[in-house]
Amino acid sequence: MTKKWIETLVGGLMLAGALALSMLAFKVSGIQVGSNDSYYHVTADFENVGSLQTRSKISLSGLIIGEVSQIEYVPEDFTARVTLKIKSNYDNLPIDSTAAILTQGMLGDQYIGLSVGAEEELLEDGSVIEETQSALVLEELIGAFLLSMTKE
Amino acid sequence: MMLNQVQKIGAATIGFTQRFGRAGLFLFYSLWGIPSLKAGMPLLLKQLYSVGVLSLVIIVVSGTFIGMVLALQGYTILSDFGTENALGQMVALSLVRELAPVVAALLFAGRAGSALTAEIGLMKTTEQLASIEMIGVDPLKHVIAPRLLAGFISMPILTAIFCAAGIWGGYLVGVQWLGLYEGAFWANMQNAVSFQHDVLNGILKGFVFGIAITWIAVFQGYESEPTSEGISVATTKTVVYSSLTILALDFILTAMMFGDF
Repeated sequence: MTKKWIETLVGGLMLAGALALSMLAFKVSGIQVGSNDSYYHVTADFENVGSLQTRSKISLSGLIIGEVSQIEYVPEDFTARVTLKIKSNYDNLPIDSTAAILTQGMLGDQYIGLSVGAEEELLEDGSVIEETQSALVLEELIGAFLLSMTKE
Repeated sequence: MMLNQVQKIGAATIGFTQRFGRAGLFLFYSLWGIPSLKAGMPLLLKQLYSVGVLSLVIIVVSGTFIGMVLALQGYTILSDFGTENALGQMVALSLVRELAPVVAALLFAGRAGSALTAEIGLMKTTEQLASIEMIGVDPLKHVIAPRLLAGFISMPILTAIFCAAGIWGGYLVGVQWLGLYEGAFWANMQNAVSFQHDVLNGILKGFVFGIAITWIAVFQGYESEPTSEGISVATTKTVVYSSLTILALDFILTAMMFGDF
């Protein structure tokens, strides 16, 4: 095995590695180069966030416009404060938009669905979404249903 | 009698700790002050060839087959729930996070680790290491260091190649053979896999396993009994120890990377 061949084959190994990595980056994880997305953050307080997690999706009209960046506990009023990270090209959302925690399909992940309000003023960095709807808890739903059945 | 037992336990503990210390110092002295690039490069290239390039075939072939099996098994289970479109996501996540680093590392330990131990063990048995030292060349720098570095460099590359081959295998079975819709296969995968969280962590795992395997392999060779039986014992130890280390390390790394505590 001559020196030249060894160098060529090692170079081939390196190239194959780089090729594999770029396939993993672009084809498998769908990374997008150059889309250096900037975001703005708004917060919303929920009574119950269910199984919402950081990196859960935020959807508007079915499109994904951002993700949950932080969930923390607010000791004053016993609620959970969710920080929403929204892509800055969706900057025309009225300030009275509402946020609801919804579930994808029967067994899917929970996500935040935004519904657009009517005010002129827009959501910007640091705004607070006042109207929120907590995650539905199945047991509470069944309880409420049974209660209404027995009342009749 | 009792005292003897206690003494034995103590001696075993000290011996165990001493071995660990020797292995640590061995790694330190080999990598401390890497020889000049001009002198070191040809040695490193030769080792990259025998450790990395020669492992390529087994990595690609087993990667492809594991991806194919994953797709086939996944399809039969997922189609029971009518969610066979999630196949791409399942294949990619299980490969990138777990299977690629671990299986590539186990293969690497069997293919390259054992070869390293046997080679260095034979060098020691035939007193090549001693004669190199006699002419004033440090065997740690010229024999051990290039092998260590070659292992550290090759493993992450091989992990990435294993992943890519496996996903290609999954694509072959899922899309080409079982007839899944191609767009859904890739789109679901791209939605689920994150480059930083999954791909880079998987390759980081491969790198850590590479360090563990090469270190164990080279140290076992260097410390082997200079007899033919000693070499065989050392080679066996390399494969056993590195496999156990990989699996244990994998648990710890997974808990740290994907545990979300």
